[in-house]
Amino acid sequence: MNLIKMEAILSLRDKVGPLWGVGFPLLLLIVLGNVPSLREEIEPGVTIFDLYVPVLVLFNLAMLALIAVPTVLAGYRENGVLRRLHTTPVGPARVLAAQLVANLGIAVVAAVLFLAVARLAFGVGLPGSGLSFLLSWLLVAAAMLAIGLLITALAPGRAAATAVGTILYFPMMFFAGLWVPISAMPPLLRDISHATPLGAGMEAFQHAYAGDFPPAQPLLILLGYAVVGAAVAIRWFRWA
Amino acid sequence: MPAVIEVRNIRKRYGDTLAVDDVSLTVEQGEIFGILGRNGAGKTTTVECVAGLRAPDHGAVAVHGLDPWKERAALTRTLGVQLQESRLPGQLRVAEALELYSSFYDAPADWRELMDALDLTAKARTKYAKLSGGQKQRLSIALALVGSPRVAILDELTTGLDPQARRDTWEVIRRFRERGTTIVLVTHFMEEAERLCDRLALIDRGRVVTVDTPKNLAGDGSLEDAFLRMTTRKAGNR
Repeated sequence: MNLIKMEAILSLRDKVGPLWGVGFPLLLLIVLGNVPSLREEIEPGVTIFDLYVPVLVLFNLAMLALIAVPTVLAGYRENGVLRRLHTTPVGPARVLAAQLVANLGIAVVAAVLFLAVARLAFGVGLPGSGLSFLLSWLLVAAAMLAIGLLITALAPGRAAATAVGTILYFPMMFFAGLWVPISAMPPLLRDISHATPLGAGMEAFQHAYAGDFPPAQPLLILLGYAVVGAAVAIRWFRWA
Repeated sequence: MPAVIEVRNIRKRYGDTLAVDDVSLTVEQGEIFGILGRNGAGKTTTVECVAGLRAPDHGAVAVHGLDPWKERAALTRTLGVQLQESRLPGQLRVAEALELYSSFYDAPADWRELMDALDLTAKARTKYAKLSGGQKQRLSIALALVGSPRVAILDELTTGLDPQARRDTWEVIRRFRERGTTIVLVTHFMEEAERLCDRLALIDRGRVVTVDTPKNLAGDGSLEDAFLRMTTRKAGNR
């Protein structure tokens, strides 16, 4: 508990997660919400802006899991923080867990904040099925954090971890539909998108918004990333 | 009474370099035991084996009868370790670090008292990244002792400290020893070895040259002369 609290405080002081993972997408949400052309219906009851709300929820998870977590944890390893903890009763594994839980907490706050701002300021409806949305969100979070751990495990140092995370971040966000909505992509890109964690997450989110339970495919893809990513990360993780 | 630390014929190789060739040591309860040697002599590897951070290729280590590598979880409760090149998160404040680390132990020392004894109270709210080298070093010493360990292993205890801070640190170490903590420290300062340690081990090229009291080691001359006489002139074979 002490460790989780401390990791959360340190993450807030570090500013990478809060600023780029929460503040920036929130700003984007507000800016996009004020662009009139995005507020026009592309099909009955749905605007492009509506689609951006779940994309920005993914933006937040990707920023925290791909960049904030690997940077901090690889830094801990590089600076001997984990080595020192090896000599205490707590051990380094719990710091790892505390870091993940702290970021998960920040992500929950961000998701609630984004949905609330979109609802209250711009009248975007909440997901039709809250349960489906929650389940999808948890699977995306698990998949992305597993990939973040994998980056931490395989990157030789802090700088490399940040670089790998950043390089992965842009194509992943592309396939989540940050620049072009997935439905507007050519068929090949759309297929690739559905196989990526954020693309699968977006697909699951859209079903949740429509009030349906997501189909098995995106859920299994997310589960696959989470399980394989975590397994490989645990197998190859180095403490020092 | 059995020895607190027993190191028997350990050997450790990293690739082509033999860091520790053959080291055996026995440290008794309540001792302040110093390890001296040139850079690369194998001191750090030896204490890392005692701290459970490395497993020797050969030989055995026992601390309170436990194997530090295999039974680390049990040992860490009663062990305090100060490592070289082990930093803290830059955003962590001094008091937070001490409070956090003291929460790891069942019966910790009073961290405020320790902070005061090591002259860190004025820096209690300073972030680790903003501390000077000497302040970081003192915090590292405090963290090694905050669990009120039965055995403390301190690598390069006072490197980077000014003379006053060095004397304050000796005082803290002596106080812990009076409460029953057994201390193993690696040092490069002859004065520290002479004034603080009960016994010294001289390690050269991965082997123990001798173990004796500082007084006996120095003989009629100075400890430094004895040190230079007993260690190899050329750099070690690490």
